[in-house]
Amino acid sequence: MTDTDSRQLDDVVGELFDNHPPSSTDPEEFWGAQYDLGLAWVWHEKGFGGLGLSRVDQDHVNRRIEEAGGSTENRYLNLLGIGMGAGVLAAHGTDSQKRRWLRPMFTTQEIWCQMFSEPDAGSDLAGLSMRAEPDGDEWVVNGQKVWTTLAHLSKWGMLVTRTDPEAPKHRGLTYFVVDMAAEGVDVRPLYQITGDAEFNEVFFDDVRIPDENRIDSVGSGWRVSLTTLMNERVAIGANTVPRGSGKIADAVDVWKRSGSEDPLLRDRLIHLWAEVEAARLTSARANELASAGVPGPEGSIGKLDWATLNKEITSFTIDLMGLEGTLYPGGYELVRPTSFDSSMPQKAFLRTRANSIEGGTSEIMMNILGERVLGLPGEPRVDKELPWKDVPRG
Amino acid sequence: MGEGSTVSVSYAATEDMELIRTTARQFLEERIRLETVRDIMMSDEGFDTGLWREIADMGWTGLAIGEEHGGAGYGLSQLGVLLEEMGRLVTPGPFFASAVLATAAIEMAGDDSQKAALLPQLAAGESIATLAVFEEPRGWDPSVLATTASADGAGWIIDGAKRFVLAGDQADVIVVAAGFEGGIGMFVVPGDASGLEVVETPVLDPTRRQADVSLNGVRVDESALLGGGDSTLPLRKTLGIGTACLAAEQVGGSQMCLEMSVEYAKTRYQFGRPIGSFQAIKHRCAEMLIKTEHARSTAYHAVRVVDDDDEFSIAAPLAGSICSDAYNWIAGETIQVHGGIAFTWEHDAHLYLKRAKASSLLFGDPRYQRQLLGQAIDL
Repeated sequence: MTDTDSRQLDDVVGELFDNHPPSSTDPEEFWGAQYDLGLAWVWHEKGFGGLGLSRVDQDHVNRRIEEAGGSTENRYLNLLGIGMGAGVLAAHGTDSQKRRWLRPMFTTQEIWCQMFSEPDAGSDLAGLSMRAEPDGDEWVVNGQKVWTTLAHLSKWGMLVTRTDPEAPKHRGLTYFVVDMAAEGVDVRPLYQITGDAEFNEVFFDDVRIPDENRIDSVGSGWRVSLTTLMNERVAIGANTVPRGSGKIADAVDVWKRSGSEDPLLRDRLIHLWAEVEAARLTSARANELASAGVPGPEGSIGKLDWATLNKEITSFTIDLMGLEGTLYPGGYELVRPTSFDSSMPQKAFLRTRANSIEGGTSEIMMNILGERVLGLPGEPRVDKELPWKDVPRG
Repeated sequence: MGEGSTVSVSYAATEDMELIRTTARQFLEERIRLETVRDIMMSDEGFDTGLWREIADMGWTGLAIGEEHGGAGYGLSQLGVLLEEMGRLVTPGPFFASAVLATAAIEMAGDDSQKAALLPQLAAGESIATLAVFEEPRGWDPSVLATTASADGAGWIIDGAKRFVLAGDQADVIVVAAGFEGGIGMFVVPGDASGLEVVETPVLDPTRRQADVSLNGVRVDESALLGGGDSTLPLRKTLGIGTACLAAEQVGGSQMCLEMSVEYAKTRYQFGRPIGSFQAIKHRCAEMLIKTEHARSTAYHAVRVVDDDDEFSIAAPLAGSICSDAYNWIAGETIQVHGGIAFTWEHDAHLYLKRAKASSLLFGDPRYQRQLLGQAIDL
């Protein structure tokens, strides 16, 4: 950003603050004004929540808003919309789609969810079965999605469907935005091993989607999905946290409270602390390189580290508790959680089992490192050129 | 401790670091190559005086010695880059003993006149030095030493037996750690001192020679005691610097093993396809990459924070533990990826395996490093 750009950006922020004092304006109203001035996603085009600046300039805007007592909570409240949906619309949406959806997404007036995974399509996402068939200027959709965060609170869903079963799997997909209140959409809580239902199953029974809600061309759904997934993996494991914080801090607390002097347990704890610190430094180094425009392999490593260490640390924490670790205070309750607090070690142990599955399994991440970073050849693909309908499934 | 604290340093390579890397990579690949490594390691001397001269002429031996003493005046970050490059080719010779360990000991513990007397020759590569700390019974805690120095008029008489002394038989000067009435001292002993016996020992990693050094009534001047007094803390710092520098070298070796394995996995065919297309091999290579990057992060961090005692007391053992574990694992898996060929003497993989294993024991195995780390972070 040149000095002129920087001054102009600060001028726009100043204008926002003058007309909508951050600490006293209603958040939704403030976010609307922020969008109108192009300060929502500064790298978007003007008129669509941006100013045509670079992605990193957004950090400056967010920092100024927080310093002025304003809220940037919308980024969490509508994580999937603001973090991923906006990127998809910016890259693949028409102007009228952007105009319709971006502003209420940013103000959190309309919450978004993302419907990709299916019971028979996990790591092999491109093999998904949910069928969309054309009918006049509408599409009729049938099938099931799973692991959908926030579906029960969402107004809109990002949806990948199969529109051409005769084409090889990557080429027969089409991407839509679906009204979650449409007839035939059935959202059911999916209770996970903690008893919480953070996720949903979503069933589609003859759901009609107008063609104007299609994102990009028919058959380009895979390309659009990749935009979404890249944003997701950047979001997980990319932050540089303070040293010794998070799950390892919980383990250290349990160790200190236990009063144990066991040298084997102590060594294991320090070992985990060291591995967390090595991962943290690797992430700091990756961030420094990325912001200098030299993205290295370190970035892809973050998600794997996060999954592996979370699982090991939380399992070890239970070990430190001894017999206490066999208890589950409060018991299991099948509920939709109101917060994602996993400070109880037993619950953290259970919740982290998914860390090496969600957002791309560790095996898939290792394939990415092996193939894209190290340049190793892919597995022979028996399904790559076959029509999707002829690919064995089960 | 470092709870919540985050010492922020830049990991990007500076211009001088890039230059050191390019020069070193080019020189070592042309001049050393792995065939040369084998010749040197199997020779009686264990190092090549011609190569030593060339290294000295390029200024490597004085890289981290101050300009006032004839060195280049760079810091540990720059020395780390050089060691990383040397580690890629398991460069044999007394460089680590002299230009890293003994140099650090003199820089940390010596007074001005001792530095002026010793460092210029080390910087120029005219003299080779080493550090003798460890003894029987084996252990890495430098505060427990059986070797003693007793006052004798204006000088000292040293008695004891040092073991595992790197480049001991190549050294013109040996810095000996010994207990004395004032604590632990570091004494500069000439390699030809009377009463000093140096016996080369066969070693697991023949690219890095060791010797047993016995001292029987060895007389040295008053000025031989570095800093003129207790060196408990400088000795610990020196061993920390050794650990951090070794970590940088381990990163270079790990990276080379990774590159060898990936290259082989792309070109070796079994069952009609490159073995790197099998996930069993691919994931192993990905794991090598991850461990190499973790090692790199901790090593780069350690060499960058050497002047901050508190942070370094965390960073050095962290790097020591992570880099040793990483290099040991990676060197071992390199043999597995290559299969039978890597079990032969002709193949290079064993050079790395031996370097990795021996290095991980030099200044404390990963468990000992974790003990030091635990003390530093109050666990």
